Amino acid sequence: MMKKKLLEVNDLQINFKTYAGIVQAVRGVSFDLYEGETLAIVGESGSGKSVTSNAIMKLIPQPPGIYAGGEILFDGRDIVPLTEKEMSKVRGNEIAMIFQDPMTALNPTMRVGKQITEVILKHNKKVTSAEAKERAIKLLDLVGIPMPEKRFRQYPHEFSGGMRQRVVIAIALAADPKLLIADEPTTALDVTIQAQILELMKDIQKKRNTSIIFITHDLGVVANVADRVAVMYAGQIVEYGTVNDIFYNPRHPYTWGLLGSMPDLKNNEKEELRTIPGSPPDLIHPPKGDAFAARNEFALAIDYEKEPPMFKISDTHYAKTWLLHPDAPQIPIPDAIQKRIQGYLEEAENSGK
Amino acid sequence: MLKYIFKRLVYILIALYIIVTATFFLIQLAPGSPFASERDFPPQIEAQLNAKYGLDNPWYVQYKDYLIDTVTFDFGESMKYKGRSTNDIIAESFPISLTLGIEAMLISVGLGILLGVIAALYHNRFPDYLSSTIAVLGISVPSFILAGLMQYFLAFKLDLFPVSGWKGFSYSILPATAIAITHAGFIAKLTRSSMLEQSSSDYVKMARAKGLGKWTTVFKHTLRNALLPVVTYLGPLTAGVVTGSFIIEQIFAIPGLGKHFVTSITNRDYTVIMGTTVFYSIILLFAVLIVDILYSVIDPRIKLKGAKK
Repeated sequence: MMKKKLLEVNDLQINFKTYAGIVQAVRGVSFDLYEGETLAIVGESGSGKSVTSNAIMKLIPQPPGIYAGGEILFDGRDIVPLTEKEMSKVRGNEIAMIFQDPMTALNPTMRVGKQITEVILKHNKKVTSAEAKERAIKLLDLVGIPMPEKRFRQYPHEFSGGMRQRVVIAIALAADPKLLIADEPTTALDVTIQAQILELMKDIQKKRNTSIIFITHDLGVVANVADRVAVMYAGQIVEYGTVNDIFYNPRHPYTWGLLGSMPDLKNNEKEELRTIPGSPPDLIHPPKGDAFAARNEFALAIDYEKEPPMFKISDTHYAKTWLLHPDAPQIPIPDAIQKRIQGYLEEAENSGK
Repeated sequence: MLKYIFKRLVYILIALYIIVTATFFLIQLAPGSPFASERDFPPQIEAQLNAKYGLDNPWYVQYKDYLIDTVTFDFGESMKYKGRSTNDIIAESFPISLTLGIEAMLISVGLGILLGVIAALYHNRFPDYLSSTIAVLGISVPSFILAGLMQYFLAFKLDLFPVSGWKGFSYSILPATAIAITHAGFIAKLTRSSMLEQSSSDYVKMARAKGLGKWTTVFKHTLRNALLPVVTYLGPLTAGVVTGSFIIEQIFAIPGLGKHFVTSITNRDYTVIMGTTVFYSIILLFAVLIVDILYSVIDPRIKLKGAKK
């Protein structure tokens, strides 16, 4: 069965005007998202993942933000040229967002119930406030909040962090959106609550066939929730593929670095935590050639001269590195990373996947 | 809630006692007497006058008398204006000051919040610069200069308002504006910075992500959270409006309470000093209480101590 393409981002470029100069935060990002699928965008801080997600919501403040090029096709319609008024019908209604920090994402002086019904009433003109209330209580129940009738009348400060994130999810789901953008939804939560929230999101996706863009820097979470993964570096996607592609057959040295910098708990080996040396480039003056070259231990001479194109590895797997050029020297995946991949494969086999 | 208010009332009584005591001793320490400005009269007459008002008693007797006066809220006859009791003076002139004060507060809060919201919404653009300039001018120009300028240009030259006096609503506009403008500038600055702070917070972004419009977001989400510092300022504002009115009432020849408050001190009109001081103190103490209650109304996170739901 062919899945329907819900979102198509083509060569998106976002700049920010600052006193120091123009920051090229997103430099030509393209990806597709199908109905009911989860795309994880991973990358370190400042790689442009949050800017990309805010750009899809058109929540980039302009100025200083500039849509410098590219298109965002949602359901076949380009939303970049939409006016603020047209966009307000899309936001919350067709595309909704889950924020990183539930402690600050809710209005502290408004009752939780009203923050949910507000969305329902805004996007459904025919719904009465009594019906909206009923739906809000159902939503609170859906996201696993006990005693929803009582909770409906409470203020955010009367909720714990995990419960607040559930409320944020309920708000995001209120108008039954087709696309959910989750911007590091579990970063601010402790590990047990993280797992609950991830389960909840997977559960909701199954029930409602919602597409999710999941922004995170936690590869452990990615393996858990995503269908596809886009690895971002310096405002570009450097590797794009299914979860299996990225975890079992990573091809970009940056992805190796990311996988390597996760603590390896499975192989029970004593080793120092690996890091990627150096820091991300200055995006006011992006480096010539491959942006990752300066931090890449496998960098080729051409990396400093010319930007690599996206090389196709398989139908689902792409990577942006000269190492994939037919003339490039064959560089195997570093041993330490290879060992981890072996670990993942064994684990996957053991759990009977 | 009732328990909290009761507790606060007790504190108010304690504060009042301290104020009354301090005022009494300050008056005792000040040289001169209520009769010093009158024509020279023989010492016998002065002694009689002192005896009549109880001024020849030792200080502790006078102190006791004052406390009794205060508790019964009967401050006695003015020592300057023979035949008029202090309570009469307050009853006669306070409604005028109250009207002026309420008008001034409405103008300062309304204008201040409006300017602040506009400045924050158009951050770093022309409307922001304009309203910030107005605010800074308002804060830096003293009210008596502004009063004079307004009297000269708006009343005398353009004849839009009466110059002075108190014979109706149109007489109150210029003095109320003169009192209000400084505070409006202050509130505008407070509102602007607090709106800007709130606007960058996640819940405002979330409100936008819900699909709410710009103004809906401001009025339903940002403003209420941004108003907390402004509410804090309402206490000092009340005091400011009260003290501001002393000068303005003089300039505009308004027969308000502020005038009596000031002249009673220069006249050493002991009974009126005590009466007006106690009266103003009560108003200010209650203003502070109301502000504290308003806090918990605006922000549910603030729980009043001792208040039970």
